[in-house]
Amino acid sequence: MNTDRRQAGRAAFDSELVRKDFPILERRVQDDKALVYLDSAASSQKPRQVIDAMTEYYERHHSNVHRGVHTLAEEATALYEGARDKVARFINADPREVIFTKNSSEALNLVANVLGWAGESNGIGRGDRVVTTQMEHHSNLVPWQLTAARTGAELAWLGLTDGGRLDLSNLDEVVDERTRVVAVVHVSNILGTLNPIDAIVRRAHEVGALVVVDASQSVPHMPMDVRELGADFVAFTGHKMLGPTGIGVLWGRAELLEELPPFLGGGEMVQTVSMEATTYAPIPHKYEAGTPPIAEAVGLGAAVDYLTALGMDNVAAYEHELVEYAIDRLKQVEGLTIIGPDTAEDRGAAISFVLESPALGAIHPHDVGQVLDEQGIAVRVGQHCARPVCLRYGVPATTRASFSVYTTKGDVDALVEGLEHVKRFFGA
Amino acid sequence: MQLESMYQEIILDHYRNPHHKGLRDQYQAEVHHVNPTCGDEVTLRVRLSDVALGENAVIEDVSYASQGCSISQASASVLSDLVIGKEVGEALAVHEAFLELMQSRGESAGDEEVLEDAVAFAGVSKFPARVKCALLSWMALKDATAQALSTGGDEKHG
Repeated sequence: MNTDRRQAGRAAFDSELVRKDFPILERRVQDDKALVYLDSAASSQKPRQVIDAMTEYYERHHSNVHRGVHTLAEEATALYEGARDKVARFINADPREVIFTKNSSEALNLVANVLGWAGESNGIGRGDRVVTTQMEHHSNLVPWQLTAARTGAELAWLGLTDGGRLDLSNLDEVVDERTRVVAVVHVSNILGTLNPIDAIVRRAHEVGALVVVDASQSVPHMPMDVRELGADFVAFTGHKMLGPTGIGVLWGRAELLEELPPFLGGGEMVQTVSMEATTYAPIPHKYEAGTPPIAEAVGLGAAVDYLTALGMDNVAAYEHELVEYAIDRLKQVEGLTIIGPDTAEDRGAAISFVLESPALGAIHPHDVGQVLDEQGIAVRVGQHCARPVCLRYGVPATTRASFSVYTTKGDVDALVEGLEHVKRFFGA
Repeated sequence: MQLESMYQEIILDHYRNPHHKGLRDQYQAEVHHVNPTCGDEVTLRVRLSDVALGENAVIEDVSYASQGCSISQASASVLSDLVIGKEVGEALAVHEAFLELMQSRGESAGDEEVLEDAVAFAGVSKFPARVKCALLSWMALKDATAQALSTGGDEKHG
């Protein structure tokens, strides 16, 4: 990101104003301490605009979608499909390519399953190779392990460098001619690493493999243009991008979605049904069996409006500056080691670390998190659904601080102060 | 302050200087238990006097290797102090009392006659996310004694 853009971002973005939109940030916790919420990578908080949109939907417009000719059914349908249009614009996609799911995990399971069922043309079969990375959230690893086991395909993966980045030195060997799919995370939820999707797409497409990107930790924090990204499928989730839980998105290339078999069967995803045979609805509805999460889609639409109004370039610039500041301050904490890239370059808004006290040695992240919580500071501790990463770096678990549009340098300062208190607490 | 009710000085002492830690060579059963949400792990071995005695067999040794938070580490240390030298049946009764304390959500102070140092964990029961940490080595002990008794007690050497 160039300096001009960063400065423009600073001018356009006022985190104190943003914070006023998030009612939960007024919460006092632990004997009236201000809440310092540094767990946005697990789930972000919601602005008033999202909460209001969902309330208004239920108070004034609720009905089922795509059936019935009455006023409410038509309003609900318009709101639901309107949300799809908003999401599509947000990621520069055709709305037909935007499938609403329950979350990223369901989106990734959808792809992993239908590719396993697809047979010759696009499918995964015995002797084929599925490539993933050692950096994946379990949700972009386990579905591929299952598909590989069911189809007789082989699972291979790209490793990690000591500096917390994907090791692409053997990319051409790992993504070999047998490879049908490469599943890769855009921004790591544990390391914060922003991966070079372009290099992976280039190699994958060279051997005719599809690329599936888990963008759960990138879409909330930086501009996303699925055409520019070049992948074939992109998954992300609503609740990490200021929207509600219970809704996620799978974007896929129209020609693939049209060709691949359905995932779940039921109402909504069909055209005509007889006892003998069924034809399927056109995309995206072919992949949306049953009554969808309507209010959640409306809420996600409102979240997309909110982020669009802030400007994703501004969001990215603001958070980049925040990550730069946080890394700088955390590096000055004695006994703290960052697990992942230790600069702000090509990095998302999550920072993992381990902490040692002079008297005790390593302080377990659970103990770090507990003593921080007592000071009103919310972080995530544990393996972050990415156990292979912990094994790779030889740590039982990490403490992770993660940011969003409402996070401030003051929050980072509170964390640093809190960590000094943790060391004192366990140092005696 | 609530935090100090969990991190009792006794717990921190056991954490900093754990008793009976390390795996010893003579044992009849070895188990490995993990707490998948946080990465706490324990490998625990038991040596019983005479397995033919069943629950009257005496726990001659409990040895363990573990990694994890202060609560899980201190709990393993306190456990080893409490059950070494007890009959299996007595140890399981202590386990039951400890389990009850951990499930009390801060309502119980624990029976010091039975639990001795383990009553210090009463405060942990107010933190649902940490109860599993305190119970990890106890679950491992229950598993290990059951295995030692069911396999007829062939002595292994590590």
